[in-house]
Amino acid sequence: MNPMSRPFLKLLLPAATGALVLALWYAIHFFLSEDRRFLLPPPDAVLAALRDNAPFLARAALNTSQGALIGFGLAVVVSFALSLLLSLSPLVRASLYPYLMALQLTPLPILAPICVIWAGAGLASVSLLTFAIAFFPLVVNTTQGLISTDRNLVELFRLYGAGQWQQLFILRVPAALPYFFTGLRIAATLAPIGAVVADMNAGSSAGDGGGLGFQAIIYSSQARYPALFATAAVTCVLGFVFNAVVLAVAWLALHHWHDSYERTDK
Amino acid sequence: MPASPLVEFCDVTKRFGDGPIVLDRVSLAAQEGDFVSLIGPSGCGKSTVLRLLAGLSPLTAGTIAIDGMAPDAAAAELAFVCLEPTLLPWLTVAHNVEVPQKLRGVPAVERSATRRHVLELVRLAEKADAYPRQLSGGQKMRVSIARALALAPKILLLDEPFGALDEMTREHLNEELLAIREKEAWTAFFVTHSVAEAVFLSNRVFVLSSHPGRIQREIAVPLPYPRTEETRLSPAYHELVANVSRVLRSVETAAA
Ligand SMILES: Nc1ncnc2c1ncn2[C@@H]1O[C@H](COP(=O)(O)OP(=O)(O)O)[C@@H](O)[C@H]1O
Ligand SMILES: [Mg+2]
Repeated sequence: MNPMSRPFLKLLLPAATGALVLALWYAIHFFLSEDRRFLLPPPDAVLAALRDNAPFLARAALNTSQGALIGFGLAVVVSFALSLLLSLSPLVRASLYPYLMALQLTPLPILAPICVIWAGAGLASVSLLTFAIAFFPLVVNTTQGLISTDRNLVELFRLYGAGQWQQLFILRVPAALPYFFTGLRIAATLAPIGAVVADMNAGSSAGDGGGLGFQAIIYSSQARYPALFATAAVTCVLGFVFNAVVLAVAWLALHHWHDSYERTDK
Repeated sequence: MPASPLVEFCDVTKRFGDGPIVLDRVSLAAQEGDFVSLIGPSGCGKSTVLRLLAGLSPLTAGTIAIDGMAPDAAAAELAFVCLEPTLLPWLTVAHNVEVPQKLRGVPAVERSATRRHVLELVRLAEKADAYPRQLSGGQKMRVSIARALALAPKILLLDEPFGALDEMTREHLNEELLAIREKEAWTAFFVTHSVAEAVFLSNRVFVLSSHPGRIQREIAVPLPYPRTEETRLSPAYHELVANVSRVLRSVETAAA
């Protein structure tokens, strides 16, 4: 293939898909009978709503980002520490995994009111709930990484008289990085969604503290559908940003050496 | 009177758990400067000999003395090179080579001096900043050898280090290994499947039989060092290869 055409296609194809989706969107909108067109506001109406509601949406996005970030960061730190513990022995894993599973298996809307009892409605609860949802894939993947170290390498370290801590931080932790980042990518997808759902279930609009979930409830109750769609768009962008940042960090940490990235020989 | 041996196996017996006896009363002694090769049918316990020597697995009976010490006390005198290069993929060649010293708390200045020296020895100085995946199989193995040499070991254990490489690369690395040994005197225990390789490298070849693993025969290789391309052409070399092959074949037919 022409070396010029590849990056070009990489831009062109997604743009073409986008254009197609827009066309389809308009087509469906105008295909609906006039009294039902509110079901799918056209893209320009959504854009207009986005512009008109920009101050509210921006503040909501900021609040949600804050909850998502705190929860996500907490999940990274706690899951890392817990993974170190879980990697110690199968016994530790057997005794803790079921309860971690229980946390993950409790649906957020049920967890939310419990959280509110403990932490009150607002940022603290939103952060905690985001933490609860982002944390499981991180623990599972990081632990798996920590216990999957190449036996030959472990033996080599033993032969060189490495202590437990050296083995952990020079060998096991770096070897677990690809797994950690797999978990991180899932968590980065879950965290913004989690923060929005948490906002709907345990958020508070006091002191302009409402997030995108709150905003969505308001717009839907007022039947402001273009604004509701605009809120959805902002939520998507937030998710994309989270993912993009994580992808970038993963790239920085892994692209030199990990086989999931193309080899770039200078 | 010969000097006391650097490595001595006395009636070493090994079984894993209550499995079959893997090594049966193995006795051998290696002097300082020996290049010992172990050859034998697959599964006869060659790797086990090295692992016992390295203190990676306990003996069932018998004793091993390294410089008069038990294997786990002598760990500092040993370095291990195995079939896979076992490099840390996230570290550059330079950092990989420094790992053993880093684990022993050697300061950075000293580490980098050693690293330059051993990479020079394996002629990979220009690859110091490359990552393992950017190297060929032969180059990775050379890094693995450099890393082993970084601790200036007295004894080098090599478990089929060139087994995964093509014939050309293997012969080349054989010569390189001997050239390095000219500069750094270590004693070698070398496990291989290749008779030619065993004869070319060693002054002593032990042929092992299997089930249980025993030393069947020791064959001395009195070819003078340094050995070169010329050595491979000499009739004496060919005769020795034929001889070792014959013994190995008799062991293998006995096992079959
Ligand atoms: N960790 C172990 N546990 C149980 N059996 C083992 C272990 N390591 C080696 N063995 C057995 O010991 C025998 C010798 O193995 P090994 O020393 O690797 O042979 P070789 O290197 O000569 O091919 C084999 O039968 C193998 O199955
Ligand atoms: Mg073996």
